[in-house]
Amino acid sequence: MRARAPGLATVAAAAVVLALLPFALSGYHQALAAQVGIFFVAILGLDILTGYTGQISIGHGAFMAIGGYTTAVMSRDHHTSLVLTMLLAFAVCFAFGLLVGLPALRLSGVYLALATFALAVSVPQLPLKFSRFLGGSGGVQSHTVPSHLRLYAYSWASAAILFVLGWLVLRGRTGRAFRAIRDSEVAAASSGVRLPIYKTLAFGVSAAYAGVAGSLFVMGTNGFAQPNEFGIILSLELLVGAAVAGLGSLWGVLVGAAFIALLPTVSSDVPLIGSEHGQDVVFGLIVVLVMLLLPQGFAGFLARLARSRARV
Amino acid sequence: MAALETPGQTSFADRARVVRGVLRPVSVALAGAVVFLVVGSLESEIFAQQTVAGLAQGAVYGSLALALVLIYRATEVINFAQGELAMATTYIAYQLIQWGLSYWAAFFATLAIAFALGTAIQLAVIRPVQHKSVIAVVIVTVGLFVLIDGLVTWKWGADIKFMPAPFGQKVYHVGGVALARQDIGTLLVSILSVLLLWLLFQFTKLGLGMRAAALRPAAAALVGVRVDRMLAVGWGLAAVLGAVAGLMAEPSQFVLQPSLMQPVLLYAFAAAVLGGLESPTGAVVGGIALGVFLNLVGQYVHAITSELRLPFAFAVLLVVLLLRPSGLFGKRSVRRV
Repeated sequence: MRARAPGLATVAAAAVVLALLPFALSGYHQALAAQVGIFFVAILGLDILTGYTGQISIGHGAFMAIGGYTTAVMSRDHHTSLVLTMLLAFAVCFAFGLLVGLPALRLSGVYLALATFALAVSVPQLPLKFSRFLGGSGGVQSHTVPSHLRLYAYSWASAAILFVLGWLVLRGRTGRAFRAIRDSEVAAASSGVRLPIYKTLAFGVSAAYAGVAGSLFVMGTNGFAQPNEFGIILSLELLVGAAVAGLGSLWGVLVGAAFIALLPTVSSDVPLIGSEHGQDVVFGLIVVLVMLLLPQGFAGFLARLARSRARV
Repeated sequence: MAALETPGQTSFADRARVVRGVLRPVSVALAGAVVFLVVGSLESEIFAQQTVAGLAQGAVYGSLALALVLIYRATEVINFAQGELAMATTYIAYQLIQWGLSYWAAFFATLAIAFALGTAIQLAVIRPVQHKSVIAVVIVTVGLFVLIDGLVTWKWGADIKFMPAPFGQKVYHVGGVALARQDIGTLLVSILSVLLLWLLFQFTKLGLGMRAAALRPAAAALVGVRVDRMLAVGWGLAAVLGAVAGLMAEPSQFVLQPSLMQPVLLYAFAAAVLGGLESPTGAVVGGIALGVFLNLVGQYVHAITSELRLPFAFAVLLVVLLLRPSGLFGKRSVRRV
C-alpha cells in the first residue's frame, strides 16, 4: 500500500501463512483471526480516505452498519448467498459514500470529522425507528451463518482482493490525485486535479471497504445485525486502529487491525482487576500508553527503525 | 517571525471585519428566535414550560460545550474524554455526600478536585504527545474515555445511584405556568459559572496569559507567558466546567450512572460546532439554542420520537454546517498558499 510497494516475496509469504494458518487453529481462534481480517478491511478503507486523501472520518462505523444490515436483510428476506451480499454491501456503501462525500466537499478538518461523527451517531438509531424493516433493537438475523473456517476464508479472501484493488487504485493517476489533495488542495486544483470528483471518489471507495467489513462483521456475530454493535464505540475503535497503524503502511494496518480485534480478548484475561469492567480499564490504559510511546503509530515506529538501521 | 505568520491566521483587523460581517445575520436570527420564544410563551403555557426546561438542559449542554471549546482553542484538539471526566467528578461528589458532606460543600469540593484532576491529566498524558501529533492527542482522549468509564464502573458499579436534589422538588406557578425550581437553579448555576469564567479570562492576568497562549503560543512564550502551564490550567478549568455540567445534568435525569454524560457529550459536540468551535459565546448560545429547540420539537413535532432526537440534532447540525461551514460564530478560515 505504501508508495514503495512491499517486496513481492514478503506478500507471497504472508499469503501462504494466511492460507495455512486456519488449519493450525481451533474454531475459536479461527473466528478471532477472522476478526483481524475484518478490521484489516475496515482500516484499509479508512486509510485510503484519511491517510491518502487527508479527509478525516470518525464515522466509518456507520458505513459498517449499512453494509452489515445489507447482508442481514438480504439474507433474511431473499436468502441471498452471503458472498453476493458482500458484493451488494460494497455497491450500496460505495453509493452511500459518494452521497456523503458530496456535502463533505464543503467541510474540512475538524468540521468534517464532527460531521462524520454525526453520521456515526445517527445511523445506528435508524433501525430503532424503522423497526419493522430493520428489526428494531433486537436486530436482524440472517438466513444462514458461515462456519468459523468459512468466515476466516471470506474475511481474508476479501482482505486480499481489496488490498490488491486498493493497490491498483492508489498506484496510478487516482492515487497521485489523492495524495496531491492531501498535501495541498489548492495546489492540487491548480495542477488540474478535479477536487470534487476525487474527493467524493475517495469517500465512496473508503465507504465501500467499510461496507464489506460490516457485512463480514455481521457474519461474525452469528448473522445478527444489531444497532448496539454499530455504536459510536465501533467508529472510535476504527479510529484507534488507524492511529495505532499509523498512516500509509501495510504492516501498520495489520498491526492496527490485530490491536483492536485481539486486545479486548487479551485484556479480559488479565486478572488484575478481576471483573468484566477490568477489560475497559486495561483497554483504555493500553491505548493511552501506545500513543505515548508511538505517537506516529506503528508506521512511524517502522520508519524510525529503518532510519536507524540506515545510519548503522 | 515566520512562526507567527502561519497560514490560516488573519490579522486582527481582518478578523474583526470578518466577525462583524458574520455576526449581523446571526444576531438578527437570534433576536428573531428570542421574540418567537417570548411570544410563544405568552400564548401557551405548555410552550413556556418546555422553553424553560429547554433552557435548563441547554445550559448544561452549553457548559460542557464551553469546556470543549476551551481545550480546542488552546490545542486544536477535540477532547472525547470531557464527558466521562464530568461523569467521574459527579461520582466523586456522590461519594463525598455519602461520606456526610452537605450537597453544596460536596459541590465546591468536587470543583476543586476536578481542577486538580484536569491539570493532572494534561501533565501526565497529554503534554508528552502534544507537540508530536494532533491525532495522537485525540486518540489519547479516546483511550481516556474508555479508561475513565471502566474505572468508574469498577469502583461504583453500573447500577443506578441517587443523589439529593440540590434545589428541592419545588415547583413555582407563575400565571398558570409550572416552573420547576430545579430547572431555574440549573440555568442559574450554569450561567453563573460561565460568567465567572468570562471574568477570569477578561480581567485577570492569568486569563490574559491563557488567551495569549491559546491565540499565539510562540509570541506569548517570547513575552514570558508560561505556555505549557497555561495549557494545564486550561484543562483544569475545562474539567471544572465539565463537573458543573455533570452535577447539573444528574438531577435533571434523577439518576446517576456511568452513561450519564454520553448523550450530553454528543449534544455538547453539536452545540460547540454550531457555535463555531473557536467561540466561547458560540458554544453557550449553541447549547442553549439546541436545548430549547429540541424540547420544542419534541413537544410539537410528533414524527421526531425520542429515538430520533439525537439523529435529528445532528441533522440540524449538518444543515447548519453546510450553510456555514465553520459554524454560526466561527471565523471563516482564510487560507494562503
